[in-house]
Amino acid sequence: MEPFSIQQATDAPTAIKAVGAAAGSKFIAGGTNLVDLMKMYVERPAVLVNINGLNLNKIETLTHGGVRIGALVRNSDLAYHPLIEKRYPVLSQALLSGASPQLRNMATTGGNLLQRTRCPYFFDISFPCNKRTPGSGCSAIKGYNRSNAILGGSDHCIATHPSDMCVAMAALDASIRIEGPDGERDIPFTDFHLLPGETPEKETVLKPGELITAVDLPPLSHSARSHYLKVRDRASYEFALASAAVVLNMDNGEIKSGRIALGGVGTKPWRATKAEQLLQGRPSEELYHTVAAAALEGAKAQTYNGFKIELAKRTLIRALTITAGGIA
Amino acid sequence: MNELIGKPIDRVDGRLKVTGKAPYSAEFPLKNLAYGVTVQSTIASGRIQSIETHAAESLSGVIAVITYKNSMSLHTLTGGDPGQGKFGERDLLPLQSDRIFYDGQHIAIVVAETFQIAEHGASLIKVEYEEEKPVFIIEDALSDAFQPASALGGGEAQTHRGDADKALETAEAKMEQTYITPVYHHNAMEPHATTAEWTGKKLTLYDSTQSVVGSKNAIAQILGVPPDDVRLYSYFIGGGFGSKGFTWAHSVMAPMAAKHVGRPVKIVLSRQQMFTSNGHRSRTIQKISLGAGKDGQLISVKHLTTSETSFVDEFVETAGAATKMLYDVPNLDATHSIVRLNKGTPCPTRAPGEAPGTYGLEVAMDELAYQLNIDPVQLRLVNYADKHPQTGQPWSEKHLKECYERGAQAIGWAQRNPAVRSMKEGDLLVGYGMATATYPANRSASSAKIQLFPDGHAVIYCATQDIGTGTYTILTQIAADGLGLPMASVQCKLGDSKLPKGPNSGGSQVSASAGGAVWAAALTLKSKAIQLAIADKESPLFGQSEESVQADGGKIFIAGSPEKGETYAQLLTRKGLPTLETEITTNVSTREGAPPAAGGEKKGGDQESSAVKADEGVDHKKYAFHSFGAHFVKVLVDPTLGTVHVDKIVGVMDIGRVLNLKTATNQIMGAMIFGIGMALMEGTIYDPTNGRVVTRDLTDYLVPVNADMPAFDIQFIDIPDPYISPVGARGIGEIGITGITAAIANAIYHATGKRVRDLPITPDKLLS
Ligand SMILES: Cc1cc2nc3c(=O)[nH]c(=O)nc-3n(C[C@H](O)[C@H](O)[C@H](O)COP(=O)(O)OP(=O)(O)OC[C@H]3O[C@@H](n4cnc5c(N)ncnc54)[C@H](O)[C@@H]3O)c2cc1C
Ligand code: SF4
Repeated sequence: MEPFSIQQATDAPTAIKAVGAAAGSKFIAGGTNLVDLMKMYVERPAVLVNINGLNLNKIETLTHGGVRIGALVRNSDLAYHPLIEKRYPVLSQALLSGASPQLRNMATTGGNLLQRTRCPYFFDISFPCNKRTPGSGCSAIKGYNRSNAILGGSDHCIATHPSDMCVAMAALDASIRIEGPDGERDIPFTDFHLLPGETPEKETVLKPGELITAVDLPPLSHSARSHYLKVRDRASYEFALASAAVVLNMDNGEIKSGRIALGGVGTKPWRATKAEQLLQGRPSEELYHTVAAAALEGAKAQTYNGFKIELAKRTLIRALTITAGGIA
Repeated sequence: MNELIGKPIDRVDGRLKVTGKAPYSAEFPLKNLAYGVTVQSTIASGRIQSIETHAAESLSGVIAVITYKNSMSLHTLTGGDPGQGKFGERDLLPLQSDRIFYDGQHIAIVVAETFQIAEHGASLIKVEYEEEKPVFIIEDALSDAFQPASALGGGEAQTHRGDADKALETAEAKMEQTYITPVYHHNAMEPHATTAEWTGKKLTLYDSTQSVVGSKNAIAQILGVPPDDVRLYSYFIGGGFGSKGFTWAHSVMAPMAAKHVGRPVKIVLSRQQMFTSNGHRSRTIQKISLGAGKDGQLISVKHLTTSETSFVDEFVETAGAATKMLYDVPNLDATHSIVRLNKGTPCPTRAPGEAPGTYGLEVAMDELAYQLNIDPVQLRLVNYADKHPQTGQPWSEKHLKECYERGAQAIGWAQRNPAVRSMKEGDLLVGYGMATATYPANRSASSAKIQLFPDGHAVIYCATQDIGTGTYTILTQIAADGLGLPMASVQCKLGDSKLPKGPNSGGSQVSASAGGAVWAAALTLKSKAIQLAIADKESPLFGQSEESVQADGGKIFIAGSPEKGETYAQLLTRKGLPTLETEITTNVSTREGAPPAAGGEKKGGDQESSAVKADEGVDHKKYAFHSFGAHFVKVLVDPTLGTVHVDKIVGVMDIGRVLNLKTATNQIMGAMIFGIGMALMEGTIYDPTNGRVVTRDLTDYLVPVNADMPAFDIQFIDIPDPYISPVGARGIGEIGITGITAAIANAIYHATGKRVRDLPITPDKLLS
């Protein structure tokens, strides 16, 4: 790890100012991702601004019925919050499927949004990697890419976004609240993360010095059901090979509308909007297959991850089946 | 007598460990300690063209940077016995040349005032390479494969009996398949660590090793100092699994650096470095052919293994080792070829050879059973070996049939429907599988010393080590029983190379070897005390015969009349003896290829010893010593998603006498968990373009976690083996991992009808 200095911030404006003031400075929240990357020399911030003292750790109901999650709410507190367990089970399940209890006790909502890929080449600075060192090349495309993305990749990068929480939030149509040198703004969840394109090092629309303050969840209709399903190489403490977050509005046993997001397969939390348009009518195997095929349309297999296309379809079909309750 | 041996007694060092008070090799805060961090190559083959150390050297707090340009010279060590000293890579002494043989080879060491500075300094070293095209896949180098004459420690590498090819041709039933196991890394919890301190010409080392004496010898000889000038401590070891059996470069680099800077130096390998710098289990390609009659009687077995070694040493993963002794088959080829690759040198990994080999063999047996429509257990009974099929020796003990019976009973084998894909629980497919476990019962020479003190407590001394398995505990039990002392009155000192030489922790031999020696020493010492008492007019035992006296609870007394006697403490105090002691060497070897050994030999002036006599009475060469067992497994498979959960494992083990039910169960359970890892998720990945290690931490190299755990039912036959030692215990560290991977793979086949012949069996391989 390179030497760095650390500053304590007690309110948002000072934190934002501190990060804006010094090039190469970063916020630190739970530190579960950032510190690991610093140890591996992937991140080399000269200054860390500790935001844990900020008053951003509340979960509040919003007047229109939604929920505001402070950026510093720990993943475990969020997962076990009664409001989330009851109204947004997909989010609770997604959080609890991630990492380990110890990590979830530290990891924050804001940090989870910004956690970086687990592409093994990204973590080892002796390998070329466009995301880490723009222009150096992508080791995964010609190398070992079993864990990499099949959706949203480019010739420059095929790294997955590893978060489970984000997949659920994408399906919930969340929005992200940001405070920066120029004031506050809200960003729809699906616009927050960027596709790699030619600039895989740019992962979100955040501008330098901008602080995530909260994530807002819109209200769900009372008949909404949701579920998160994650498939992985071991039963716990492992990132997804494929995962699916499903939110369904049901009426009289019929699907009125639904939202789908996939994890483990996309270069960003993958909202399958096209497939959602087909998601209507009586639950049937046929319907699910059609929807799943649409969700994986355009998927591109690499040497070692072709199985993810079929696995993601099956994961989605299973998640739809569980959410709708019965059939298939 | 024998009240403690066998009981599920808590570890004597348990409290120390869980309270953080057990000092591991990186935890000796020596005065003026400096920290060493090594720099490693980032190519798999070639030369260092230039190495720029200036930036690191100018960093405040960096004391020195050592590379091949300014390193002291070293001496090649050719020995191949880890008990005597085996360097991991014979032809690659650290920092001696610019040549690169594999990714992650140590090429420099940065020594600094703190670990952080050393690490930062290491990151500043810039290396330019002259890269050569590496060879890193066995299949790419098959034309250069060769058959080594022998395996580690002189073990047989090529076994033939009868005419396997001819017999195979005539067989009514044939089964021929190839099985592949990937590279495994041991990943002990405690990283490899060495702290070195010179005092004049004398060297003190704190080194995490499975062989205190072997490592001491190896390091001394490589440095060119007399072994007697080196003292090595390894009090506590956080697992080794074979990776700490050989001495690796960092253990030599610590004293090199300490000499260079004139201060004690500590080196701890990082988890990432542990994927390149302390051996691994080689990938194996196992071609297996079984020829049998319609009744399943094997007439020919061929088990041809190709594995990898490095360009700087030879290591053979003897996957055919179990094949030559497990079944009664007249015609057999068990051969091993190795291929040199640009990788670090492989080394033993928990049940080296047998673990991947029994995967191949026992899956092949399952395939044959299905082909012939014979119950897999029945097939094994048809081919049951009543004596060692290669040597014709009788087994010292073998209760494998009972293992099969009890295991089958416990899992409900007879109640299953053997047809594949026939059983379900809800939406999940259910599968049952079984396999045989076996591992040689090794015992080698060991010394042990015991001292009795006037306050009534005793201390055991032996230069072996407890690698986390419970050696401190079981040796304490053995000595306590032998002397008739309570556990609390016996202390056990291990992990110090100056103590009487004990065995290295390899080949599951410590319990039988050091246990045998401690038992002999305890009986000898007890007898010494009794003789002293019966010859002493002031003793209540004066004039009694030795045979009439027994010991218990710290007291020696007339059998049947506990009031007639005295305590060890009273005896020693009255006689004014500061200690009463004995040191015994039991020179027994049951190892294949080992020279014939005398039954017992002792030094220290002890002329009579019933224990040594008990060993002497046995012709160890007359018997074949093996442990056996059977695993029965139930799995649940999600047919759509390809995920497997091992639901239950029953393991019934015949390992002679159980010394401590708790530590024994631990060993088998841990090995079974290793087996789940091998079957379902473990494997090191190398980059397909340049041969560099890709999986370099425990988020990429998966091992099983709690959520993967099945219900365990671990049982022991617990019949003492009278020929291995008077204690009757064979080793237990490795047998549990043999066969288990096959049992899981066979259960997955039963559940799904899919035969996966390359490990691990990940969800993608079961999607169909
Ligand atoms: C072994 C392991 C296994 C894991 N497994 C999973 C898994 O299965 N699924 C999963 O989803 N995740 C997993 N994770 C990732 C884990 O969820 C993230 O590490 C965690 O969510 C990051 O949160 P943090 O608060 O610790 O972030 P930090 O490490 O503190 O920060 C991460 C990044 O976010 C920035 N940041 C933090 N807060 C803010 C803010 N409010 N505004 C602006 N920038 C901010 C930091 O500057 C930094 O760049 C795993 C992690 C580990 C180490
Ligand atoms: S996929 Fe992306 S993160 Fe991985 S090596 Fe390529 S550029 Fe780097």
